[in-house]
Amino acid sequence: MVLVLALGDLHIPHRAADLPPKFKSMLVPGKIQHIICTGNLCIKEVQDYLKSLCPDLHITRGEYDEETRCPETKTLTIGQFKLGLCHGHQVIPWGDLDSLAMLQRQLDVDILVTGHTHQFTAYKHEGGVVINPGSATGAYSSITYDVNPSFVLMDIDGLRVVVYVYELIDGEVKVDKIDFKKTTATTHSAH
Amino acid sequence: MMLNGAEDEEKWLAEGIAGIQHNAFYMHRALDSNNLREALKYSAQMLSELRTSKLSPHKYYDLYMRAFDELRKLEIFFKDEGKHGVSVVDLYELVQHAGNILPRLYLLCTVGSVYIKSKEAPAKEVLKDLVEMCRGVQHPLRGLFLRSYLAQVSRDKLPDIGSEYEGDADTVMDAVEFVLQNFTEMNKLWVRMQHQGPGRLREKREKERNELRDLVGKNLHVLSQIEGVDLEMYKETVLPRVLEQVVNCKDDLSQYYLMDCIIQVFPDEYHLQTLETLLGACPQLQPTVDIKTVLSRLMDRLSNYAASSADVLPEFLQVEAFAKLSNAIGKVIEAQVDMPAVGAITLYVSLLTFTLRVHPDRLDYVDLVLGACVKKLSSIPKLDDSRATKQVVALLSAPLEKYNDIVTALTLSNYPRVMDHLDNGTNKVMAMVIIQSIMKNNTCISTVDKVEVLFELIKGLIKDTDGADVDELDEEDFKDEQNAVARLIHMLYNNEPEEMLKIICTVRKHTMAGGPKRLPFTVPSLVFSALRLIRQLQGQEGDIVGEEVPATPKKIFQLLNQIIEDLSNVPSPELALRLSLQCAEAANDCDLEHVAYEFFTQAFVLYEEEIADSKAQVTAIHLIIGTLQRMNVFGVENRDTLTHKATGYSARLLKKPDQCRAVYACSHLFWVDDQDGIKDGERVLLCLKRALRIANAAQQMANVARGSSGPVTLFVEILNKYLYFFEKGNQQITGAAIQGLIELINTEKQNDSATPDSASDAFLASTMRYIQFQRQKGGIMGEKFESIKL
Repeated sequence: MVLVLALGDLHIPHRAADLPPKFKSMLVPGKIQHIICTGNLCIKEVQDYLKSLCPDLHITRGEYDEETRCPETKTLTIGQFKLGLCHGHQVIPWGDLDSLAMLQRQLDVDILVTGHTHQFTAYKHEGGVVINPGSATGAYSSITYDVNPSFVLMDIDGLRVVVYVYELIDGEVKVDKIDFKKTTATTHSAH
Repeated sequence: MMLNGAEDEEKWLAEGIAGIQHNAFYMHRALDSNNLREALKYSAQMLSELRTSKLSPHKYYDLYMRAFDELRKLEIFFKDEGKHGVSVVDLYELVQHAGNILPRLYLLCTVGSVYIKSKEAPAKEVLKDLVEMCRGVQHPLRGLFLRSYLAQVSRDKLPDIGSEYEGDADTVMDAVEFVLQNFTEMNKLWVRMQHQGPGRLREKREKERNELRDLVGKNLHVLSQIEGVDLEMYKETVLPRVLEQVVNCKDDLSQYYLMDCIIQVFPDEYHLQTLETLLGACPQLQPTVDIKTVLSRLMDRLSNYAASSADVLPEFLQVEAFAKLSNAIGKVIEAQVDMPAVGAITLYVSLLTFTLRVHPDRLDYVDLVLGACVKKLSSIPKLDDSRATKQVVALLSAPLEKYNDIVTALTLSNYPRVMDHLDNGTNKVMAMVIIQSIMKNNTCISTVDKVEVLFELIKGLIKDTDGADVDELDEEDFKDEQNAVARLIHMLYNNEPEEMLKIICTVRKHTMAGGPKRLPFTVPSLVFSALRLIRQLQGQEGDIVGEEVPATPKKIFQLLNQIIEDLSNVPSPELALRLSLQCAEAANDCDLEHVAYEFFTQAFVLYEEEIADSKAQVTAIHLIIGTLQRMNVFGVENRDTLTHKATGYSARLLKKPDQCRAVYACSHLFWVDDQDGIKDGERVLLCLKRALRIANAAQQMANVARGSSGPVTLFVEILNKYLYFFEKGNQQITGAAIQGLIELINTEKQNDSATPDSASDAFLASTMRYIQFQRQKGGIMGEKFESIKL
């Protein structure tokens, strides 16, 4: 059982002052093995905070991030799953699942995690799963109205991943979960 | 010299102990054989060791304790008349024959203890006699220990109410009198020590005096334990008598210790009820007494008392504690002109803590305390003592902590005035404390007035203050400060649009003064605040009735324009471009075509004129394309102009792969997937073909430059785009075309036999898998994909 926290688009301090207190109290150091962050933190303070929750932190660059040296995309393997990470402002049309599927094929990953729209989605298609953890602070978005703060916790166990989405709706944290199963184990590409 | 002295003292102590042990041995023999005469002889000899003048208090105490232990055995013997056959009355007489006065008095006290226990005489008489007789020893150290012995043996024999030694009327008074007398004499002896010996040894004497202070203080403790001493007696007798001695002894060491002792030893309710008397003594003390510490401790005790239970609060009001304390403090500060700033402010901190505990709802009191502090601070030129500064910060932090709602602190008129007296560095620290308090408590500041006060308080962060040394600015600190201000802006909110707009304008007014250094931090927050307001107004349907309607989206867009303009002075083109695009999208949602067009123009101008870095250009053009793709408010002409510009710039990016990607991204400008969206299949294909040409050129360049063509990734990306539009139903894209592209890719792959690129291979493979998957779907989609012959 490997816990992976996926979150992004916090937009601190441009669009939000801080994570919601109810989220902060849930995110306790030492419980999570990996953090993947789609980007738009935007400042180092937030990066340090995430690092304090878990030292294995992966970030891709959002268009408002202070730290411009983060990569545009990132791939990593956790257990049997290959994960891809990208902020998403690079994939046009924004939020378009077919275009995101193309990126997924390009990165050759089972799970693609992107942000930018501030809207939580978890979508399974022929090539794998596309997840958008939404905005952890519920930040303003030109694309999505009425953004609820949300983040995703993935529990990777063998060939199965359970995606828990935590959403703050009207002051209460609501949890939903989605199951995904891989059919084959990760193989390394043969030459 | 000193070392020798210490060694000598050890020697004398050893001698003394030996002497005590020697005589004790014989005393025990006498006790065992019931020989009173011998017992008295040897005990007197033993006690003579205490006649020494050579020992320091610490060592004397050692000797004293040994004698004390031995005297307990003697006392047991005395009590048992059967053993020695002498009545206690006669014994009392007998011991007075001892040669030297000190042993005589120790023995007398010991017998006195037995005498009282026997009840053959009233306790009060024996005690009176003993306390008088002890006057015979005027040597400070010896006298103190002797009287301490008296206090110890009499402790459980006071004629208190309910004790077995209770006398008739006024019995408690007798007990009190006795203790008071002993206390007074002991204090006199203690003070006299100050003046013994040469001036150069003053420090040593003070140290020794300090070692003995608890002997004197114990008497006060005993007084507090006497059952019969109620508030009335404390008020009428005990306190006045004690204070009399404290004031009259004119010794600062004694005064400081005893005042503190009184405060610690007697109950808080007593202090409340005698506040005037207690405080009245303060100005009468020696000027060198650290009265502020005494007062601080008094207030701290009373604060804790107030916090202990809500029932006691009315008492505070009844005795007008606040008024009395603040008067007393005022007098002390006035009287001690040389009191350093830190002293005065510490006093005010204690008073403030007291006020917050006892009268938290009386903001006028709190403001008064701050006001008094301002007065004091105004009289000193500059606050440069770090301890004093710390105290001012404590003073300012206290209301914040008490009233978690900073809004309350904002109503204290003297609060900003206190802050004005801080040096720049500390002022900023305090401003940060205020901001952090707001963030921590999730406080919402919701009116313009409060925003004004708040920004007045944090002005040290908002702009360069006069005299601020800009060079000394630490980069990291500056960033933290500005980010804090940026975050703060989101805590300023009112869901009434008119008021919210006023707030935004107020914030802008203040942040503009921050100059180019600060604007990149504060402008984004302000912009998004305004965008949120616009969206709120969008949601409000219907016409707004009234003449004065400042809060309309149009008006706010005008404001936004100006705000983003401010960034041009920094300059911050990349940020300005992003914010302009955000505004364009918002204008689109408000159906304001001209406004949206204006913002796009702004974005393009920034791109053209100010963004030169190639990487930045790539991101910027993608943001422009992505935003433009979502626009539905533009008429054909406007849309065409902007699209043309976007595709033009895409093709002119520096690196070929970037060009390629931007151009195929532009293909989406001609195809919008919703109902009324544009679906120009031809122009889509044109874009894709253009992208293809660029990809080809890129391959050729790579061939020339590096000897082998690069990976086929770009082609596979374009292939995916072909598939995308093919699926969406773009008639211009045929299965044959896709086939051709696949063949092209395979050819290119073969040409590039040098280094097989696993990434592009995997990409192609997954793309082919996708095609297969779609074919196998069946139905319309399956049919479509069947047309792609593989």
